[in-house]
Amino acid sequence: MTHASAISRSAKRGLKSRVLAPWVFLAPGLIFFTIYVLIPIIRSIWIGFFDWDGLGEMKWIGLANYVELASDESFYVSLKNNLAWLILYLLAIPAGLAIALFLNQTIPGIRIYKSLFFFPFVISQVVVGLVFSWFYAPDFGLLPALIKTLTGANIAILADEHYATYGIIAAGLWPQIAYCMILYLTGLNAINPEQIEAGRMDNAKGLKMLWYIVIPQLGPATFIALVVTVIGSLRSFDLVSIMTSGGPYGSTRVLSYFMYEQALSEYGYRMGYGAAIAVVLFAIMMVFISLFIVRMLSEQRRA
Amino acid sequence: MRMKTALLGLALGVSVSTLAFAGQITINTDASDPAPKKAFEELVADFQKANPDVTVKVNTFDHEGYKGAIRNFLTADAPDVVNWYAGNRMAPFVKAGLFEDVTDLWAKEGLNDQLKSAASSMTIDGKKWGVPYTYYQWGIYYRKDIFAANGITPPKTWDELKAASAKLKAAGVTPFAIGTKALWPTGGWFDYMNLRVNGYEFHMDLTSGKVPYTDPRVKAVFDKWAELVKPGYFLENHAAIDWQDAVPAFVQGKAAMYLMGNFAVAAFKSGGLKDDQIGFLQFPSITAGLPMAEDAPTDTVHIPAKAKNKDDARKFLAFIASAGAQTKMNATLGQLPVNNKAEKPSDVFLDQGFAMLSNAYGLAQFYDRDAPAEMAKAGMEGFQEFMVKPDNQAAILERLEKTRAKVYK
Repeated sequence: MTHASAISRSAKRGLKSRVLAPWVFLAPGLIFFTIYVLIPIIRSIWIGFFDWDGLGEMKWIGLANYVELASDESFYVSLKNNLAWLILYLLAIPAGLAIALFLNQTIPGIRIYKSLFFFPFVISQVVVGLVFSWFYAPDFGLLPALIKTLTGANIAILADEHYATYGIIAAGLWPQIAYCMILYLTGLNAINPEQIEAGRMDNAKGLKMLWYIVIPQLGPATFIALVVTVIGSLRSFDLVSIMTSGGPYGSTRVLSYFMYEQALSEYGYRMGYGAAIAVVLFAIMMVFISLFIVRMLSEQRRA
Repeated sequence: MRMKTALLGLALGVSVSTLAFAGQITINTDASDPAPKKAFEELVADFQKANPDVTVKVNTFDHEGYKGAIRNFLTADAPDVVNWYAGNRMAPFVKAGLFEDVTDLWAKEGLNDQLKSAASSMTIDGKKWGVPYTYYQWGIYYRKDIFAANGITPPKTWDELKAASAKLKAAGVTPFAIGTKALWPTGGWFDYMNLRVNGYEFHMDLTSGKVPYTDPRVKAVFDKWAELVKPGYFLENHAAIDWQDAVPAFVQGKAAMYLMGNFAVAAFKSGGLKDDQIGFLQFPSITAGLPMAEDAPTDTVHIPAKAKNKDDARKFLAFIASAGAQTKMNATLGQLPVNNKAEKPSDVFLDQGFAMLSNAYGLAQFYDRDAPAEMAKAGMEGFQEFMVKPDNQAAILERLEKTRAKVYK
């Protein structure tokens, strides 16, 4: 009798710890996720319904911030620029792949070349922005000097509303290509040499070999490259801030910079409006993030 | 042993923090550039000499970072004295009840008389919210040697200014240096165009939201302005560069005039220009017979409403308002004292600036200090667009009017 109850007690204890243990292990992650991610998201959505300068009273205005956003030209400029960022940033994936294929060979000193190509990803985005602003600078920059000798025209990329955004995206592509390149280089290391061998026996060469044998095996690398590039394009902020501060006359704004301008910059402090912009940006990002998560989960289930 | 020192340290810490209430003031300042920093250090040293019972602790912030930080420390952990700016720039803090009303100090120390020129820009709702200690003039700095080489005399009227510009342009010199990447330099141009075309009262009405931007009088300002923009009298590609980046063009003689604040003189001189190469001229008159008002931004100190030691903070404000302190401080700063009993530093540009400002009909702070932040941002962005694309004038003004309707509810 006593014996049996002891067994059931220890079984109970085992059950209890089996229920508790995962939560204990999850706790640090959950706590920090709640404090630094969940609560700020909920707070932002909440603040989006108020008119608030960060100092005085918060005034409930319902959806007025969103209504204003819908008729705000700057918002559409930012949205359009974000779209340009998103599409053009994807160029980093094929470009990264091309460089990775080019560097994936065994010659003396290849590590040095690889590091040189990887270098732009290592340096800070702020430095990239500065380097490119000098590269574009109207009086002493290399690019305007080159354009001038070729065509005689004087172009200041960052002062021209038609070119400025593309100029910044080009600067952003530099480190992003390096990032994709490194992803593909590791991917290429993991390629099955037997399949290459088999392909060669079947007379696959050049582009056919690349398309039918190499790229399918790079699937995981492509997926990661796509995820980091899409997210990277949507959070583009530092380059815009460094290179143009959103100018000339607001034509290079992106949503994240627009939010910063409205909520936190010298002439801003419209916390509610800034929060509303953040919510819209969050919603756009959520579309992509959900797509990625759904794909990842379905793949895990298959595996 | 170690334990003992730790305890001793603790005890000391406690005694220091209790002492803090007996005559310590904390000053948060954005005087991070070399000249302002030195001026502030001297000021604090003199204040301590005069008030040995008060200890002063100074926290110096980076100039740009300060603008964000002040919002945090005013609400969370307020110091006893802070730096800020006059005009509408202090309105958000006054309205949020974060600045102390110091009207009593003005009355007691006779500041209503001594600081008279800045009294209106320190007043909101009929009360004074701080003390001004320095200001500086804006105007057109020009290259005397280039003017002489082209036979140009300093223009006094709009037509003379246009004629001089045309002459310079024909000689291959860009008439005006400017860099508008940071937007605010465009505010100086708009201020002067509006002050000269429509006058001080209209400018103040506009910046306080009483006049629509689609008003024909505002249009007139832009039409006049276009007379300089359309012929290409401003430095090309100004939207890509900051004001400092435009200084080399002025120093190298590629541009001959620069509408700027007096702080630019230091940059001209460090670029290699001599005193006799630089001239200063008041912005020419446009509408004949209109009394001339000027831009003269004023820097100020305030007591946060949540300050712990307001008595000693008041002593400090009284000290910085005094003629003696302002004389010494502005000698280091190379700017003008606000106190009319103070002596101004001897400097050829400050002499001219002082003469101009003493006769000014009224003093504007600057577009981004007179207009509320949101309006200023939209406005200066519009001015920049106008200076690149003058044909967009109508669209720009309509957009600004939309912003005005939203900002001043």
